[in-house]
Amino acid sequence: MNLSNNVKGSMSTASSSSALKSGGDGAGAVDQFPAGLRVLVVDDDPTCLMILEKMLRTCFYEVTKCKRAEVALSLLRENKNGFDIVISDVHMPDMDGFKLLEHIGLEMDLPVIMMSADDSKNVVMKGVTHGACDYLIKPVRIEALKNIWQHVVRKKKNEWKDLEQSYNSTEEGDRQQKASDEADYSSSANEGNWRNAKKKRDEEEDAEDKDDTSTLKKPRVVWSVELHQQFVAAVNQLGIDKAVPKKILELMNVPGLTRENVASHLQKYRLYLRRLSGVSQHQSNMNNSFISPQEATFGTMSAFNGIDLQALAAAGQLPAQSLAALQAAGFGRSTAKVGVSVPLVDERNLFSFENPRLRYVDGQQQHLRSTKPTNLLHGIPTNMEPRQLTNLHQPTQSLGGMNVNASTAQSNSLLMPMAQSQPRGQMLNENTTSHVPRLPLSVGQPTVPNGISNAALGRNGIAGNNRGAAYNPIPQTTTLMASFPANQATEMSASRFPLGSTPGISGIPPKGTFQEEDTSGIKGSGGFVPSYDIFEELHQQKSHDWGQNVGLTSYDTSQCVNLHGNIDVLPSVIVHQSFSSPTQQTGQNRDSTLIGKAMYSQGKGLEQGNLQNIDQNLHQLVENPARVKTEIISDVNSHSNFFPGLYGQDDLMSALLKQQEAIGAAENEFDFDGYSLDNIPV
Amino acid sequence: MDVGQMQRQLVEYTKSLFIEGYLDSQFLQLQQLQDESNPSFVAEVVSLFFEDSERILKDLTFALEQKIIDFKKVDAHVHQFKGSSSSIGAQRVKNACIAFRGYCEEQNVNSCTRCLQQVKQEYFIVKNKLETLFRLEHQIIGAGGSIPMVELSF
Repeated sequence: MNLSNNVKGSMSTASSSSALKSGGDGAGAVDQFPAGLRVLVVDDDPTCLMILEKMLRTCFYEVTKCKRAEVALSLLRENKNGFDIVISDVHMPDMDGFKLLEHIGLEMDLPVIMMSADDSKNVVMKGVTHGACDYLIKPVRIEALKNIWQHVVRKKKNEWKDLEQSYNSTEEGDRQQKASDEADYSSSANEGNWRNAKKKRDEEEDAEDKDDTSTLKKPRVVWSVELHQQFVAAVNQLGIDKAVPKKILELMNVPGLTRENVASHLQKYRLYLRRLSGVSQHQSNMNNSFISPQEATFGTMSAFNGIDLQALAAAGQLPAQSLAALQAAGFGRSTAKVGVSVPLVDERNLFSFENPRLRYVDGQQQHLRSTKPTNLLHGIPTNMEPRQLTNLHQPTQSLGGMNVNASTAQSNSLLMPMAQSQPRGQMLNENTTSHVPRLPLSVGQPTVPNGISNAALGRNGIAGNNRGAAYNPIPQTTTLMASFPANQATEMSASRFPLGSTPGISGIPPKGTFQEEDTSGIKGSGGFVPSYDIFEELHQQKSHDWGQNVGLTSYDTSQCVNLHGNIDVLPSVIVHQSFSSPTQQTGQNRDSTLIGKAMYSQGKGLEQGNLQNIDQNLHQLVENPARVKTEIISDVNSHSNFFPGLYGQDDLMSALLKQQEAIGAAENEFDFDGYSLDNIPV
Repeated sequence: MDVGQMQRQLVEYTKSLFIEGYLDSQFLQLQQLQDESNPSFVAEVVSLFFEDSERILKDLTFALEQKIIDFKKVDAHVHQFKGSSSSIGAQRVKNACIAFRGYCEEQNVNSCTRCLQQVKQEYFIVKNKLETLFRLEHQIIGAGGSIPMVELSF
C-alpha cells in the first residue's frame, strides 16, 4: 500500500488494520506496521484534539477523536476490536481521565496513554498506578507519538505469553513460552508472535539434537527411584531443616555419590517441596520459561560441542530433576521423577540455540535479573547459589523482582545490568504483579535467562550462554529457592552444575564444595560475589550498561560465550543468594545454610568491600562485557582461580580485558575442550 | 511591495515572534505538520485556539467574579488554557497560566484576579501577532508567492 499517499492517515487500510489486529501476521503486518494503528484520542480541548489528530495522521495512524469520555467508552464498547490504543487527557469535565483509564483497562484491556499539561509527579504516578502504559506531557510532540505502537506490541506479546503459559503444561510448552518470553524481553520491536513461535520450534529442534549428544557425554548421577527414596528417607531422618548434604550423604551411604550430587538434589527437592506447599505458579511458569530461555541461550552457544553436551547433560540432569519436580508440581506431573529427561531437553535446546537468541537472552536476562535471580542459578554451581540467592532476593525487591538481589553476587552485577536494561520496564510491571516473596522472579517473567543460565551452568560454565538463557535457568531455581530458606540455596548450589569445572559432571563436584562450606566452595561463590555486587551495582546504577553489554554476546562466539558464561554464573550466584536471603537486599542472609553462610561470609566480605569496587568495575565490565566473562570463566575453570579472579575487581576487570583482547587466552585458562570461555567452570 | 519583499518581511516577523518569546518550538511543529494536502492547517488550528480561548477566558472571568470563588474550578480552567496555549506554542500565555495556577493554589483572590488580567493581556497580544502573521501569508499567496520556511534552531 502506498502509505506515503495518505497523509491523512486514512491509509490504515483494512489489510494493515487486520494485520495489526491479528497481531503477528508475519511479514504482512511487519511491513505496514505500525501504520494503520487504530488510535482513539479523547480530549476536551479542541485545539489539542485537532493537533493530535493531525500528528497521528502524519504518523500514518488511523485516528478517531472524541471530546468526551462517555462517547469514547461507548465507541470502544461498540467496537470491541476496533481500536489498538487509546490516548486520553487527564483532566476532562465529564469524567476523570483515570476513571476512563480504569474502565478501558477492565473492559477492553487496551493500552492507554495518559496525557496532560500537568507534569507533577503525583499525577504521573497516578497514571502509573492506574495502569497507564505511558504518560505524555503537553504539548505533545510528534516524536512522542511516533512510538506509541510499542505499547500495542508489548501488550500483545504479554498476552500471548500469558496464554502460552496457561496452555503450557509441558516443558515443551514452557520452552516455547520462554521463547516468546524471550522475544518479549528482547525488544519492543518484536513484531508478532510468529517470531516466538518460530523460535520455539527452532529451540525444540535444537534441544532434541542436543539431547542425544549430551547423554553420551558425561557420566551423570541418575537419581533413580530407589536412590531418591534413600535420599528422602535420609532427609526426613535428619529433618528438612537440618538436612545438609554431608549428613545426607553419610546416611545414604551410597558409594560413588558425591556431596555435590546430594546437594544439588537437595536443592531441587526443596524447591519441589516449596512448590507443593503452595508456591505460586509463577515459579512453575518461570521454570517453564526458564527452560525456553535456556534453550535460547544455549543456542548461542552453538559454538560448543561435546563439552556443551556434557555440561548440558550434567546440568540438564540436575536441573531437569529440579525442573521436573517443579514442573511436575506445577503441571501435575509426578514429582517423583527425579531424572526427568524432559528438562534436559529443554536445556539442551537452550544450547542449541543460535546467537539470535542472544537477543532474547539479553532481554531475558534482564527479566531474570529482575524477577528471579535465583533461577539463573539453576544450573550454576552451588557455590554461588546460596550467596546469590540472598543477593537475588534483595535486588528483586528493588528491581521489582530483579534478580539483582544478589547485590553481592557477581553474577548479580552481571546479570543485573543485563536484565536491567530490558526487562526493567517489563519486569517491573510483572514483578509488581507477581508475588515476590520469593524472588521477584515470580513476577512471572519466566526469566528466560534463568533457564538458560541453568543450562549454561550445567554446561560447565555458563560459557557463552546467552545471557538471557543463562539467566533463565537460574530464575527458576531461584524462585523456588527463594521460597525456601537458605537451606535451599545450598540445595541449589549442589544441584547446580559446576560452572567452571570441566565439562561434564566432573566439573560439578567442585561446586559441591561450596555447599560444604569448603573454602574452595566459598571461594567460588566469593568469586562470584564480586560479580554480583558488580551487577547489582551495575544493575541499579546502570541498568542500561549491562543491557548493552549483555548484548555483547553478540560478539563473536568466543566472546559471547564467555559473556554468557559469566552471566550464567552470575545468575546462579544470584539465585543462590536470593534464596538464602529473600528479603535481604544485600544478600546478607547467610543463615540459611552452611554453605550459604560460608559463601556469604566470603561473599559478604567481598560484597561490601567490593561493592564499591565492583561498582566501578562494573562500569568497566559493562563496557567490556567480554572482560567480565573472562574473569568469570577463568574463575570457573579453576576453582582455585575462581575466587581470586572474582574477588579482585581488578582481576575481574583485567580478566575482562584479557578476554576481550584474547579470548584464546581465556581458553587456556579453562579446561573446556574447545570452548573458549564458553563454559564458566564452576 | 513585491513578493520577495513580502516574503522577507514575513520571515523577519516570524523570527521576531520566536525571539521575543511569543511563540516557541511547538509552533514550529505545527508549521511542519502543514503540507500541500492541508495547506491551512496552522491557520485552522490557531482559529480553533482563539475560539476556545475566548470561551475559557469568559468562564474564568465569571468564576473569579463570584462571591465565593471555587478555586478548583478556576484552576481547572487555567489548566486547560495552559494546555491549549502550550499546544499552539503560545509561550507567554502558557507562562502566565503557570503563574496563575500557583496563585490558585494559594487561593489568593487578588493575585488571581491580577493573573487573569495578565493572561488576558498576553493572549490578546499573541492573537494580534498571529493574525498579523496570517495576514502577511495571505498577502504573499495572493501575490502569487509561496510561504517561506522559517529556519529556526531551538
